[in-house]
Amino acid sequence: MKPTIIGKKVGMTQVYDENNVLIPVTVIEAGPCPVVQIKTTEKDGYEAVQLGFDVRKEKNTSKAQLTRFKAAGTAPLGVLKEVRGEAGEVNVGDVLTVAQFAETKKVDIIGTTKGRGFQGVVKRWGFAGGPASHGSMFHRRGGSYGMCQWPGEVLKGKKMPGHMGSTRRTTQNLKVVKVIEEQNLILVKGSVHGPNGSTVVVRSAIKAKPSA
Amino acid sequence: MNAIINDITKEQLKEGRDHFKVGDGVRVHTKVREGDKERIQIFAGIVINRKGSGIHETFTVRRISFGEGVERVFPVHSPNIVQVEVDRESITMRARMFYLRDRIGKAANKVKEKRLYENKR
Repeated sequence: MKPTIIGKKVGMTQVYDENNVLIPVTVIEAGPCPVVQIKTTEKDGYEAVQLGFDVRKEKNTSKAQLTRFKAAGTAPLGVLKEVRGEAGEVNVGDVLTVAQFAETKKVDIIGTTKGRGFQGVVKRWGFAGGPASHGSMFHRRGGSYGMCQWPGEVLKGKKMPGHMGSTRRTTQNLKVVKVIEEQNLILVKGSVHGPNGSTVVVRSAIKAKPSA
Repeated sequence: MNAIINDITKEQLKEGRDHFKVGDGVRVHTKVREGDKERIQIFAGIVINRKGSGIHETFTVRRISFGEGVERVFPVHSPNIVQVEVDRESITMRARMFYLRDRIGKAANKVKEKRLYENKR
């Protein structure tokens, strides 16, 4: 299993690097993440490792889940996420911490974007819209929806107004600036999608160049 | 501010960087790296703006250089700043002295000086 951990986006700040350059960073409070279950092809039809995060009170956990946590020997957890792939050396009950990212240079971050509600085509798809004045009467509309009798229907995937945000997205190849093991923190360069306090998954970058 | 973020930035804050304020004439000593060599460069002028808090705090220094107004923004807690010398203190009626930008000639550097004022009394 590649280094992976579940965390919480804390917020953004700035830090000085070794060249005394002020760089923007996003702080992620990640782990400790106990391994709750290991799924195998024989038993479950696919290979995966189930990680937990965020300790909850026992009374706030359903009995069905409680038995699973007891079987794994962990405290009741609020967040469970699966990481596809063979477990390798990881066993049930192991606790994964940010220490696994100490040598990592780049990470991907998976999370949910901020919800924007129902949005028009200008904000949602970047349409140019029309002139504001001179009686254009065409301001933030999307224009034509398609052709006439042929094909006689709106093409599939036509960009239209609708709900925007609140979707799962991955930000790739973010540079790891610092890993603070005592406080379970990872600092990555640049911004991370989603509101502060949202749950994110941090994994070592899958498209990073070997040298980088 | 978030307690965790406060914790991270706290150790990077420099002590003793609050001795100058808007309106002061200052000489900012900064480290400049040229190849392998490092030397100290001085930028002298009037502080016209000081804004932000914590690690984000910056100040703007304005000077007239060869007849042209030059402004430079420094992060207050930058490790590249060795020292901020205060040449003269002044009395200001503004938190932001942007009105100096509209002034030409001698008036461009004219700020009511604190010491002069005190002497008169």
